[in-house]
Amino acid sequence: MTIKIAQLSCGTEYSSVQHEIEKAASAVGAKTVYPDVSHADVKAALDRFGFAPRSAQLKLMIARAVSLADGRYDADAVFITTCFRCAEAALVRNELRRFIQDNTRLPVVTYSFTERLKAAQLLTRMEALVTIVTRKEILARERQSGITVGLDSGSSTTKAVVMRDNEIVGKDWTPSGDVVQSAQAVLESALRQAGVEMSQVEAIGTTGYGRFTLGRHYGAKLVQEELTVNSKGAVWLAGRQRGEATILDIGGMDNKAITVRDGVPDNFTMGGICAGASGRFLEMTSKRLKIEITELGKLADAGNWRNAKMNSYCSVFGIQDLVTTLGEGKSFEDVAAAACHSVAEQVYEQQLQEIDVRRPIIQVGGTSLISGLVTAVGEVLGEKPIVPRDSQYIGAVGGAILSSGFL
Amino acid sequence: MKVFIDPPNSLILFDLVERFGHEPLGAMASIQERIDNIELDMPPMNVTLDDVVGGLRYAGVEVPSGIRGRLALWGPMIDAAEAAVIMTDAPFSFGCVGCERSSEMVKYLIQRRGIPCLRVGYPETEEEAEDAVLRIKGFLEGLG
Repeated sequence: MTIKIAQLSCGTEYSSVQHEIEKAASAVGAKTVYPDVSHADVKAALDRFGFAPRSAQLKLMIARAVSLADGRYDADAVFITTCFRCAEAALVRNELRRFIQDNTRLPVVTYSFTERLKAAQLLTRMEALVTIVTRKEILARERQSGITVGLDSGSSTTKAVVMRDNEIVGKDWTPSGDVVQSAQAVLESALRQAGVEMSQVEAIGTTGYGRFTLGRHYGAKLVQEELTVNSKGAVWLAGRQRGEATILDIGGMDNKAITVRDGVPDNFTMGGICAGASGRFLEMTSKRLKIEITELGKLADAGNWRNAKMNSYCSVFGIQDLVTTLGEGKSFEDVAAAACHSVAEQVYEQQLQEIDVRRPIIQVGGTSLISGLVTAVGEVLGEKPIVPRDSQYIGAVGGAILSSGFL
Repeated sequence: MKVFIDPPNSLILFDLVERFGHEPLGAMASIQERIDNIELDMPPMNVTLDDVVGGLRYAGVEVPSGIRGRLALWGPMIDAAEAAVIMTDAPFSFGCVGCERSSEMVKYLIQRRGIPCLRVGYPETEEEAEDAVLRIKGFLEGLG
């Protein structure tokens, strides 16, 4: 079955990126489709939507969205994309996302592109849309069974988890180097801890940037993008398999915010335009403060971000702020708190605006171990996030749980 | 004479300019050239990355890529034009460039060239339509 992703867009054909979008969709077994609308539909759609942009292509986007919402066009998922830096399009893009979510059950992802967009940048997003549509039953799985392994090959760290009968019995992580060697090292360690032989493992699930390489190497039963796998691991670890939640993963290279209903993701945003809003900025901060990243959180908790001005919208400017602030004689504690607050603020401003945040917020990934960052996220969102145990292992846990669905 | 038409994809304006003995400069020729020569045979993939980068001649890098891509198509035609006919307030079914900011910039570029230019309001009635055609005819005949 080919998954139909309805494309609602403005400017793609004039930015030389349309073929990249189609390439990304095709790579994950989907195709982009364009809801048919007549000229007469456009005016009626604008009246119904209530927002009348000046640009004709944005009007067409709205008409196509209304066609989907009214069930006049059949699609499995929606991809909304417009030019980066266009204010009119940004308003329409965000409101259309909300409109589609209010009026349909279709998974939606939004994206703003430049002419440099390459299919690889969209691959994970497209794959997640397809996974949500095609693997609903597997994603709904609440328990792990048998002996399975999850491998998460992330941009910063590689993690392995061994699970037996819905329990974690072995786990390990290492900084990412060679994809296979890093995975092999943590896998061996986790198996040793679990007292399990490789021959006893019934299924392997791989996720993260190195998932395809590891999937081929280990003959994995599940090779799946990290958006859906991480959300499964997160709700299982947090004991929030039922009801709604938002999962926030501030990663080393990009950030993910995923909303889930009964453990199944229904919307997500994934960002990574600037390292200033990711864990990488905190790494740079600890390096400048000459402390281990593991110490940064406690240091931040002892400080007050209001005493140090920092804005990590761009990591280069962020580090400039850091140097200036230290030069002014601010305390390390205040600077650490400001760095954490800055990342939390950027994540909120750049990403969480793109989804409707649902409570509770479950913060996961390696950065959730930085307590100062969790505090900052809580302050920015007005509610302290839940950080489950083993929160840095979400991808590996998700992989182990979901791969057991193939037994 | 080479006459640029705005909206650049208006078939009616294209036809009128040709009918009165001039060479219309519009989207059709520009896109056709890309289909013929660059093997972009799947419209709406109208431009290449080089085109978008080339659009920097008309708008800075902070301008959205879709505007620069459009200007890369229409800009060189405006540069080459010796006259222009602009239909103002036209509904998008008459022809448009899809993006209002690009449309504003196209009109500005024409004005900046200082070439003879006729602005005709979009006709709402048959009488207005006759008047518009007569004005365009008169303008084109006067170009010599």
